[in-house]
Amino acid sequence: MSKARHHRRLLYILCLLNFLYFLLAPVTDAQAQPPSVYAITHAKIFTLAGSPIEDGTLIIRDGKIAAVGASAEIPAGAQVIDAKGLQVYPGLFDAVTQMGLSEIGAVNATVDSSETGSYNPDVVAATAVSPSSEHIPVTRASGITEVLAVPGSGGFDSGGGRGTLGGQASAIHLAGWTADEMLIKKSAAMVLNFPEIQTQTFDFSTFSRKEKPYTEAKQEYDRQINELTDWMDRARHYAQAMEKGSVSKYDRDLKLEALAPVVRGELPVLVFADRARDIRNAVEFCDKQKLKMVLAGGGEAYKVKDLLRSKDVPVILRPMLSLPEEEDDPYDRELSQPAELAAAGVRFAIASFDNSFARRLGQNAANAVAYGLPYDQALRAVTINAAQIFGLGSQIGTLEQGKIANVIVTNGDPLELTTDVKYLFIRGQLTSTENKHHRLYEKYLNRPKASN
Amino acid sequence: MRIAKTPNLRSARSAFPYLLCVLCFAYSASAATPPDAPSVILIQNATVLTVSHGTIEHGSILIKDGKIAEVGQSIKAPAGAQVIDASGQFVIPGIIDCHSHIAAESINEGSVSVSSMVTMEEVLDPDDIDIYRDLAGGVTSANILHGSANSIGGQTLVIKLRWGQPASKLPFEGAMPGIKFALGENPKRSNFSIPGQPRRYPSTRMGVEETIRGAFSEARDYKKTWDDYNKRVAAGEKNLIPPRRDLKLEPLVEVLEGKRYVHSHCYREDEILMLLRVAKEFGFKVRTFQHVLEGYKVADELAAAGVGASTFSDWWAYKVEAYDAIPYNAALMTRRGVIVSINSDSAEEATHLNQEAAKSMKYGGLSHDEALKMVTLNPAIQLGIDKRVGTIDVGKDADLAIYNHDPLSAYAVVQKALIDGRVYFDREKDIANRAEIEKEKKALTEKLKKAEKKPEEKKPEGKKPEEKPKPPAPTSTPTAAAASQGGAL
Repeated sequence: MSKARHHRRLLYILCLLNFLYFLLAPVTDAQAQPPSVYAITHAKIFTLAGSPIEDGTLIIRDGKIAAVGASAEIPAGAQVIDAKGLQVYPGLFDAVTQMGLSEIGAVNATVDSSETGSYNPDVVAATAVSPSSEHIPVTRASGITEVLAVPGSGGFDSGGGRGTLGGQASAIHLAGWTADEMLIKKSAAMVLNFPEIQTQTFDFSTFSRKEKPYTEAKQEYDRQINELTDWMDRARHYAQAMEKGSVSKYDRDLKLEALAPVVRGELPVLVFADRARDIRNAVEFCDKQKLKMVLAGGGEAYKVKDLLRSKDVPVILRPMLSLPEEEDDPYDRELSQPAELAAAGVRFAIASFDNSFARRLGQNAANAVAYGLPYDQALRAVTINAAQIFGLGSQIGTLEQGKIANVIVTNGDPLELTTDVKYLFIRGQLTSTENKHHRLYEKYLNRPKASN
Repeated sequence: MRIAKTPNLRSARSAFPYLLCVLCFAYSASAATPPDAPSVILIQNATVLTVSHGTIEHGSILIKDGKIAEVGQSIKAPAGAQVIDASGQFVIPGIIDCHSHIAAESINEGSVSVSSMVTMEEVLDPDDIDIYRDLAGGVTSANILHGSANSIGGQTLVIKLRWGQPASKLPFEGAMPGIKFALGENPKRSNFSIPGQPRRYPSTRMGVEETIRGAFSEARDYKKTWDDYNKRVAAGEKNLIPPRRDLKLEPLVEVLEGKRYVHSHCYREDEILMLLRVAKEFGFKVRTFQHVLEGYKVADELAAAGVGASTFSDWWAYKVEAYDAIPYNAALMTRRGVIVSINSDSAEEATHLNQEAAKSMKYGGLSHDEALKMVTLNPAIQLGIDKRVGTIDVGKDADLAIYNHDPLSAYAVVQKALIDGRVYFDREKDIANRAEIEKEKKALTEKLKKAEKKPEEKKPEGKKPEEKPKPPAPTSTPTAAAASQGGAL
C-alpha cells in the first residue's frame, strides 16, 4: 500500500468518524438527559391520600413527585401533559409475581424462580430478574408500575418447585436499563412456604391421588416444623454472634447470615399458606419465633380473620377469580372474601401470583368490588397497601409530595376491563406502554390481504 | 388447566351407581332439584341486549313453554304469568362456552394418538359442582370436549347446564356431535414426558399431520367398504356378510360425511394451515379451530376456509406455542371476517366469560355488540345451534342471563340464569339457602364424627404399625397435576 493511499484511507476513516460523531452525539446527549420535569395538568387526580382533586396538577421533578394539588405551579421548562378528561392514579403494585424470573412457564431454561433444595434463604430474586423479559412491558401497559418478584413460591410460572425457605423477594420497578436501575428494595421479604399437614398428595408416577392417614401426615409436618425451628434457632445464635462481632471466629454461613434480619424481626416473612389450619399454625409459629409475618395466598383467611386482625398479620390475597376450595362452599366464596376481610379490619393487598396474568390485577380487584368490597379499598389493595406491607409506604403507593413518581394517567377507572393507560411514569420517567403484543398487533393489522 | 377428577377413565356403567349415591346423599334437595317450569314468565323493565337487533331500554321478554314468545318495550303480563322485575338490570342471551371440560368424569384418553372411539357422553357427570358455578357465571350451554393429548381425540357433545337434571337430560337436543383434534405441543407430548416411559408417536408436527392423514386414509377405505356393501344390499343381493364395525373409524366417516364437527385445538399458524390442507385433501371441513392463538397471523386463510375460531381473551406465555399469543387475536380475526368466540377451557374462566369478551373492546377496538357476540351468537353459530340459542329473538329457547350491570364490565354480577324458561340459578335464593346448607353440613359432620368414634372405642389396644421411612411427599400444584394429565390448555 502506498503512503498516499494510506493517508487517504486514514482521512476517509477520520471523516467517517467525525460524521458518525455528529450523527450520534446529539442523540446520546438526549439519552443522557431526558426531561426531568413534567407537569400533568387539568386531570382528575386520585392521590389515595385524601379526596380526589377535580382539576388538578401533578408536578414530577427528578424522579419524584414535586407537588400535587389544585393550584400547583408549573415550573419553567416543564414538559406539560394536558390531561383534560383523563384521570391520574399511583401506578399499581402487584405484590406477588415471578416477574423477570420466568419467561415461558413450560420451558425450564427460561425459568429461574425456584432453586433446588428446601432451605435457600440466601438466594435473592433481584439477582435473576431479566430486565429484557417481554412480560415487563406487557405488564406495565396495564398500569402496573412495580411488583414484588418472588422466588421459590411454587405456581405454574416457577416450574412447580417450592422448598420451605424459598429465598428473598425483591421489590422492583417495571422499567430500567439494568436490574439495578429497576430495584426498589433488593430484599423486601423472606419466602416461607409453610409446611402443611398433607393428608392428600398427588403421585406423579401413578397419576393418582394418595390418601395419607392424619397421624402420618402430622408426623411429617412435625418433622418439618422441627427442622424449620432448628434453622431459626441457629440463625438467632448466628445473629447474636454477629452483633457481638464474634462471628469471625466461626465459619461464615451465608444462609444463616441471610436469616439474621428475619429472626431480628426486621425482614418480613412472606408466608405462603391457604388452608385455615395452616394459617393458624403459621401465625402461631411466627408469633413464637417473633417473626414479622405477611400471609400470602390466604384462600381461607376469612376463617381466621379475627386471629389475623388481632395479630395484625397483613394478607396478600391470590386472585379472587378462582374457584372455591370445597365443593359445598358458596360459589362466590373467593370473590366475597376481600369484602369480608375488609369488614373484619384485616389489612390486605391483592396480587396476581403470576406473570402472564399479572395484567388481570385490576380485573380481580374490580370483581372484589362487585362482591361487596368498597371501591376505595380495592384501589388501595393494589397500590398503597402492598407498599405499606413491605415497608415501602413512605416511598410509593400514593401520589404525595416526595414520593417516587410511579404514576399512571388513564381514560377511566384503572380497575375496569376497557380502560387504557395513556401515560405511564416510572421513577419520574415517561415510560413507553409499547410491548410485544401491540407490536404483533400492528404488524398483522397491516398484513396485505392474502391471495387465497 | 384442569385435573381430571379420576385418574382412569370411568365407564358410564360403573359410574352410574356412584352418581346415584351422590345424587341421593351428598346434596341437599334445594341444590340438586331442578326448578319447576312455570309455563309463562315475563321479564320486565330490563335493558335487553338482544345481540340480533340492538338494545331495548325498559324492555320485556315474554317466555312461554320454555321459548321466547315476545320481545319488546312493554308487554302486558298474561294472567298467571310469573313476573320477574328486572329494573336496572341487563338481560343477555345465555353465554355459550365453545370449549369446556366441566361435567365430565375424565377428559383425556391419552394412551393412543387416535382416540376417536371414546366419547364424552359416556362420562357425563351431572353432579359436577362446576356446572352450577358456571351457570352462576351466566353460562347456559357448553361444548364439552375431550382433552388435547391426541392428534385425533374423543367425541364431544354440546350440553345445556341443566343443574339438578340427570346426565340423560344434559345433552343439547339435536346439536351436531363433534370430535376433538389437537395439533402442536400437546399431541407431540412436548411438555408431558414422564421419566421411564417411552415416547409416543407422534413427537413432531410432521408426525401429527401423518397421524391425521393415516387415520383418514383408513376411514376413507372403511367408508368405501360400507358404501359398497350398502349398494349391494340396495341392489337386492342376499346373504351378504356386513363389514366388521370399527368404532375408531366410524366417527371419522361421520366427519367425511359432514355429520360430525371437527373442533381442533391448535396454536401456531403453520399447524393451522396444515390441517386446512389435510381437510381439503380428504374432503372434510374443520368447523372450529380452538385456542388458535396465532389465528391472527392467518386470519385471511381462516376466513377463506369458512372456519370458526374459538380463542382465549388474554392467555399467553405458558408454553412456547403460546409465546406469540396476543389479546388482540379476537379483534384481528373478526376484522378479517372470521367468526370468533371467546372460550374458557377452564371451569373458573367460564364464570366470567362476559368479562373476557369485553377485553376485545380494549384490545382491537371491537364494538359492544361485537364483543357480546363472542360469547353468545358466535359460539352458537360455531356449534350449529344458532337457530335455537345465541340471541334474544321470538321462537328461540329462553336461555338468558340477567346481570345487575352492563355485562361487559368487571362490576357485573349474574342475578339469574334461565334455561328453557326455567330459573336454574337465582343469586338471591342461593344466598338465602346458605344457612340451610351450612346447618345440614354441620349435622352431617356431627354424624360422621359419631360414626368414627364408635369403632375406635371398641378397638383393642393394638401395637403401633412399625415406622417405615417414607418417601418425600410429592408437592403438587393443581396446574402441575393438570399438565401431567395432558391438560387441556
